Amino acid sequence: MAEFSLPANSKVVEGKTFPAPAGAARVKKFKVYRYDPDKNENPRMDTYEIDLDACGPMVLDALIKIKNEIDSTLTFRRSCREGVCGSCAMNVGGTNTLACINAISDFRGDIAVYPLPHMMVVKDLVPDLTNAYAQYASIQPWLQADTPAAPGKERLQSPEEREELDGLWECVLCFSCSTGCPSYWWNSDRYLGPATLLQAYRWIADSRDEYTGERLDALEDPFRLYRCHTIMNCTNTCPKNLNPGKAIARIKQKMVERR
Amino acid sequence: MSLQTDLARVRGLGSAKEGTGHWWAQRLTAVALVPLGIWFVFAAVSLAGADLGEFRAWLTVPYNLILMVLLTGVLFHHMQLGMQVVFEDYIHSERSKTVVLILNRFIAVILGVSCIIALLRVAFGG
Repeated sequence: MAEFSLPANSKVVEGKTFPAPAGAARVKKFKVYRYDPDKNENPRMDTYEIDLDACGPMVLDALIKIKNEIDSTLTFRRSCREGVCGSCAMNVGGTNTLACINAISDFRGDIAVYPLPHMMVVKDLVPDLTNAYAQYASIQPWLQADTPAAPGKERLQSPEEREELDGLWECVLCFSCSTGCPSYWWNSDRYLGPATLLQAYRWIADSRDEYTGERLDALEDPFRLYRCHTIMNCTNTCPKNLNPGKAIARIKQKMVERR
Repeated sequence: MSLQTDLARVRGLGSAKEGTGHWWAQRLTAVALVPLGIWFVFAAVSLAGADLGEFRAWLTVPYNLILMVLLTGVLFHHMQLGMQVVFEDYIHSERSKTVVLILNRFIAVILGVSCIIALLRVAFGG
């Protein structure tokens, strides 16, 4: 059965507090989830008081400031700091998002920062995405065609055909949507989740791909596709404002269309 | 412990190549239940306080009997489809899931058929 409460050794306890330097005028409290697999301790919430006058504007800036200046043991993923790499996906203020494209000033009160929900935690804000990446690989996310491209030429698309990919190609695979989906929480072993299904549709919708039927065959499954119950958390949480729910609906539409 | 690769585990037993029929049937029965449900509410209100004789007279009107039998059949079909999804979502042991899914189907068919027989008996006496 589904588990509705955390096991005893996963219960989150109160952690340390790192006060702001004396004389700081604008102070913001960041409550950050901490878990260290090397210590036999429960996860805890550490509180960092940040002087906003000495910090960049984004949530990621605050995390980098914490790591550089206050507590170097804090672990998180980050790379591009401009919302195109998908590395700093985490739960900020109760919503899965990218820390780098959320301004601190958009949050009222203290800011709680957790790793992506319902994933195994490697350390602190770093979730284990092994299963999600394997699911992405399983949909064969590359162009498949038997017809060879004309020598020295690109595979052509009309402007209308190219438009079909808008709202799909922008996905940076941060898995904010999948880890926000209750159906993915309960059944991530068999349900592919919104991120992978949006990517699957990105190839189904590609006019240059010749394996649409095989792609639909691989998805036609009570769990892989049909665990989506249009809860729409995916679309609500997407930091890139994409609509995975709609992409999944399009896949279902194509399933009916080809019957 | 398993030394299977992640991809092997994710691919698992492959796609079941079904699920669309179930999904489509759930939508169709839902759509059918909208007019049937509205009709039923009006019918139930108009029959408030009726005794068995009045109800029987109402039910023997072919139009009413047809809609009542349709409503019952579609309702139990929809119930079975929906409950199946709930059980698949939340029961993770293959064995108990199989048992529950079989019971779900049996119970839905038994209840549905019983209700329809009851309707026919009231309509045609006996």
